[in-house]
Amino acid sequence: MDIRFEEVNFTYQPKTPFEQRVLFDINLEIPSHSYTAIVGHTGSGKSTLLQHLNALLKPTSGRVILGNREITPETTNKNLKPLRKKVGIVFQFPESQLFEETVAKDIAFGPKNFGVSEEEATRLAAEMIELVGLDASYLDRSPFDLSGGQMRRVAIAGVLAMEPEVIILDEPTAGLDPKGRKEMMDMFYRLHKDKGLSIILVTHLMDDVAEYADYMIVLEKGKIQKDGHPREIFSDYAWLKEKQLGVPSATEFAFRLMDEGVQFSQLPLTVAELADELTANIKGDLKKHE
Amino acid sequence: MNKLLLGRFIPGDSFVHRLDPRAKLLTSFYFIIIIFFCNNFVSFGVMFLFVLAAILASKINLGFFIKGVKPLIWLILFTVSLQILFTTGGEVYFKLGFLTVSEFGLVNGAYIFFRFVLIILMSTLLTLTTAPLSLSDAIEYLLRPLKAVKFPAHETSMMLSIALRFVPTLMDETEKIMNAQRARGVDFNEGNLMQKMKAIVPLLIPLFVSAFDRAEDLALAMEARGYRGGEGRSKYRVLRWTLKDTLIIVSMVVLTALLMWVRN
Repeated sequence: MDIRFEEVNFTYQPKTPFEQRVLFDINLEIPSHSYTAIVGHTGSGKSTLLQHLNALLKPTSGRVILGNREITPETTNKNLKPLRKKVGIVFQFPESQLFEETVAKDIAFGPKNFGVSEEEATRLAAEMIELVGLDASYLDRSPFDLSGGQMRRVAIAGVLAMEPEVIILDEPTAGLDPKGRKEMMDMFYRLHKDKGLSIILVTHLMDDVAEYADYMIVLEKGKIQKDGHPREIFSDYAWLKEKQLGVPSATEFAFRLMDEGVQFSQLPLTVAELADELTANIKGDLKKHE
Repeated sequence: MNKLLLGRFIPGDSFVHRLDPRAKLLTSFYFIIIIFFCNNFVSFGVMFLFVLAAILASKINLGFFIKGVKPLIWLILFTVSLQILFTTGGEVYFKLGFLTVSEFGLVNGAYIFFRFVLIILMSTLLTLTTAPLSLSDAIEYLLRPLKAVKFPAHETSMMLSIALRFVPTLMDETEKIMNAQRARGVDFNEGNLMQKMKAIVPLLIPLFVSAFDRAEDLALAMEARGYRGGEGRSKYRVLRWTLKDTLIIVSMVVLTALLMWVRN
């Protein structure tokens, strides 16, 4: 499902004393089957932008095109369900949305809302719980007896069970331990690669952007400052410094090596790329010495 | 939810904003009491002028107040129409069974309408110009005499400040959970009453859970910082009564006198 924003503006509570403009003339295009990262400071409008992606918010002016649906300021709340089935959102700390008596029921809740039969929803629950790294024994437990990390997985399973075409992740690993974080991010990447899901990731972790994303959007004060391939954006070190956004740790290290005179054929973004470049360099050096 | 202006606070630096919260609280209460002494259009006019002056002194756009009355208009109209239809006396303009539209009914209806609008305007003004925390400070101060009858004034005000502090947090939380459930296909506005009530469950349960979690965390954090109840605690926010606060009280006396004079 292609996503396009055309001149989108958004203001919270317009024409009241609490009026606050959050998005300014957003134009962007997110093609199907892509992995997009949105970065920016707290309060730069990321969460507001996200909520436009399944019409939880409607633009104050401009239009959002989601597949074959067009969302304008005049769009009514009727008939949005088919859209919301296609775009799944994993909000920050999604464990706060759990409410059913058992894990199985909670995961099946989304699909059932979209008209999936009881048996099919139960089957999906069993499938999704495995996918997020828990086993079937959890299905009959109460979600409130689980640890924070397990609740997070159940909540994510609940969104995946809707079988969306686009999945939006708002800092999905905030507050998880390093192992849980890696497992979770790898699982999303597998879904993206194997099932062709579009993924839109909001994060502060540049390492995750470098590792997974093929497109990157930098937001600041409700405006898109830069967009493009992560390698392109991370190469402008001075600009990122000025905006107080970091670069991935491998890239940071590479920049320091460059100051020492090491040459790279392309800017490394991940530890693996950095290692490859360095081994190539060392081999080259050795050849010279021979 | 965002339309209701009553109970919200707009920071500012006007004459009304700088008044002592105790003075404002007492004035508003007193004002609401004396509204019931109004019994002709002139007396309502006097009260309106007073509220108008107070609103102008608060430097908050008058339009916001009018918008603030709007969400409550159905309640007002409902009461007014009951008043009009069921009051008898004076000249009768219209009669259908037990429903009559009479002179007294119309006049009473108009009084009720003005009373409602005035009370809403005044209480909106109070909350718009007073930060929730200073309001709860004022309540604590005014409840202090009740300590003589073992009334837990400190605990009540602590409960009140915590409750007020968490109103916006819980509102945010509600919004967030609503969005999350909407994204999972819940429709909060569609279907019949039964379906709508069912749709609230995925909202209420997480809200309860998070409120209790939050309460536990907060209690622990308060204990960790040495809170042991009201005994021997000092106050950081000190209320200061100044000349203008006395003036406000005096103006209420004047208003009462004026009201008694124009009253039938």
